[in-house]
Amino acid sequence: MRICGVLRCSSIVTAAAFLLHAAPVFAADPPPYTVKDGDKVDMGTYKGFLYYGDECARCHGPGGAGSSYAPALTESLKHLSKEEFEETVINGKKEVNTASDKVMPSFGVNQDVALNLDNIYAYLKARSDGVLGRGHPEHLEQ
Amino acid sequence: MTSKMRLLAATTCVAGLAMIGGTPATANDELIKLEHTSGQWAIPAGNYASQRYSDLKQINASTAKNLHPVWTFSTGVLRGHEGGPLVVGDVMYLSTPFPNKVFALDLNNGGRIIWSYEPRQDSNVIPVMCCDTVNRGVAYGEGKIFLHQADTTLVALDAQTGKVAWSVKDDNPAKGATGTSAPLVVKDKVLVGVSGGEFGVQGHMTAYNIADGSVAWRAYSEGPDDQIKFDPATTTSLGKPVGANSSLKTWQGDQWKIGGGATWGWISYDPKLNLVYYGSGNPSTWNPTQRPGDNKWSMTVFARDADTGVAKWVYQMTPHDQWDYDGVNEMILADKVPVHGQPTDALVHFDRNGFAYVLDRATGKLLEAEKFDPRVNWATHVDMTTGVPEVVSQYAPGDQGADHNTKNVCPAALGSKDEQPAAYSPLTHMFYVPTNHVCMDYEPFKVSYTAGQPYVGATLSMYPPSGESNLGNFIAYDVNSGKIAWSDPEMFSVWSGALATAGNVVAYGTLDGKLKVVDAKSGKLLYSFKTPSGIIGNVNTFTHGGKQYLAVLSGVGGWAGIGMAAGLTEDTAGLGAVGAYKQLSNYTQLGGVLTVFGLSN
Repeated sequence: MRICGVLRCSSIVTAAAFLLHAAPVFAADPPPYTVKDGDKVDMGTYKGFLYYGDECARCHGPGGAGSSYAPALTESLKHLSKEEFEETVINGKKEVNTASDKVMPSFGVNQDVALNLDNIYAYLKARSDGVLGRGHPEHLEQ
Repeated sequence: MTSKMRLLAATTCVAGLAMIGGTPATANDELIKLEHTSGQWAIPAGNYASQRYSDLKQINASTAKNLHPVWTFSTGVLRGHEGGPLVVGDVMYLSTPFPNKVFALDLNNGGRIIWSYEPRQDSNVIPVMCCDTVNRGVAYGEGKIFLHQADTTLVALDAQTGKVAWSVKDDNPAKGATGTSAPLVVKDKVLVGVSGGEFGVQGHMTAYNIADGSVAWRAYSEGPDDQIKFDPATTTSLGKPVGANSSLKTWQGDQWKIGGGATWGWISYDPKLNLVYYGSGNPSTWNPTQRPGDNKWSMTVFARDADTGVAKWVYQMTPHDQWDYDGVNEMILADKVPVHGQPTDALVHFDRNGFAYVLDRATGKLLEAEKFDPRVNWATHVDMTTGVPEVVSQYAPGDQGADHNTKNVCPAALGSKDEQPAAYSPLTHMFYVPTNHVCMDYEPFKVSYTAGQPYVGATLSMYPPSGESNLGNFIAYDVNSGKIAWSDPEMFSVWSGALATAGNVVAYGTLDGKLKVVDAKSGKLLYSFKTPSGIIGNVNTFTHGGKQYLAVLSGVGGWAGIGMAAGLTEDTAGLGAVGAYKQLSNYTQLGGVLTVFGLSN
């Protein structure tokens, strides 16, 4: 498993505890993911990993780390609410001017994305909160 | 007009060439002359044979240490700058990533801009470009400059003024078809491919008439025989006629209609055989369990008649792809190159799948297929009779099934080498190949097709081969023995096209931004200069005022800008390559700049 080595040795990471450090604004919200042993995640988060890789990673990089032409979502999700995230994915976003040519397409008609929006958010939130490494997670038995 | 005079005209004032002389020479005749005119770079790959070789030798193993940058030019565009400039007469032509600006620079006047052109394009094309908004350069022919825009528009510009002569739309970006490749002018036609293998396009190569932009022929990569322009009786694969419906019978139902096989790489041409050569890309989707069959003719080398587009021979390198090993890399045509001791008129192709293929370029006979990276593990070898790779089931995501994560497959999807073209020196008979040294985990799963939306169906993780820390190598490869002659390790993938010269030096760029010149015989570093940004462009050479120069675009991005810019994996003790992945962003930032190098007096 290729995951963040620092996290690997922790036994059960309670996401809420991390949230207290990473994003206190949302500390009252239950985390949208479950991460155990650093790299074992609930099925929803796991699907989020898969569909992130399928639909988003070619621009936003492995594990939401960003690329030379799209922002790091691990950073963006520290500032965006879930509603703002959903709004951007469904309707897209354009920043085209002399200094920027960033265009996020609308994924509203893409059923693989639309049906997995919560899952993709959960995966990226776990990444953004620093509780899950960049590599391929395992899924917990359901 | 004598050919000598025409040559003179070509080197002094090429833009006026098409108008000079009584009998109209075809673009072909003109380009053949130009490719043999020392000091010109009139074809994207240097010559029709895609050798990226020049007979110039002022810059050589003794003098290379005296190189230094002599002038630079900012393109004003930030994204990944693949491809490279043309030099025709005293004018340099270059194009940029989206918005696809074109500049004509006056070499007689310190690179002053003679004209520039910027098309108006709908910015919605940006996110349907798979791997950054790259453009691999313009083509020249008959006094025109041809630009293949991101939105698939092919536009012909007057080489003297930049004025639009004609413009045609090649395909539809709303369905995920985009333009990234450099066109190639052949005879009275200009050929152009299409990108969009991640969006389920039906790939095609199209020849347009230079005179007016009308379609001369179009050949798809998959579909019925009339669409793929195959003659079941005369089109051959490994010497045998392919027969009727050779593509259709290798697809389930009508999946071929969204079957990929994009043609976004380089095109070569053999004037004697009158054949054009290019490769097709991955079948769509990346999930092999969703598209049973060999998926012909994705992942294929095509040899087509330049006049009619009819295929003379084909060879599918990776049937039923399970790894995204596009077959679009350049087809290098080498004359009398020794292959197992026999001088051979060969087609040599370094494929994404990690095998270096040598074929008889007249017949398509397979002569050699050897690994050019020792870590390639997805296949043990290529059967020389059937041409089929012997796949190792453990590393075949399709064998392992959907929703299973197949681990430690080498090479990764970006291949042992991607589009970054290799060079061939007829002096050393060596091929100089920029390579990636990356492996992957690959998990396919079911996806649905929606026009204009990604149609991928796999999630990948990429990382270096276990126990190693370099993500790339720059190698010299000998097809006579089928072995690597020397290998220079690089920290990151080498994503820059190489140049070989009669000065017995080889030049290439690195992702951290260095232009390097090495000894062609040993690989020994002779000169290095850090340009303003990472280099994914191709090095060329030309003369002006009797002096030899090197030119290269820097401007990091492309596929290399996705994983690499972020660092392929985070630093972790668990990888066995501690600290190997210093993030590329610690070395370089975005920005397109042309740097021209010359020798000190």
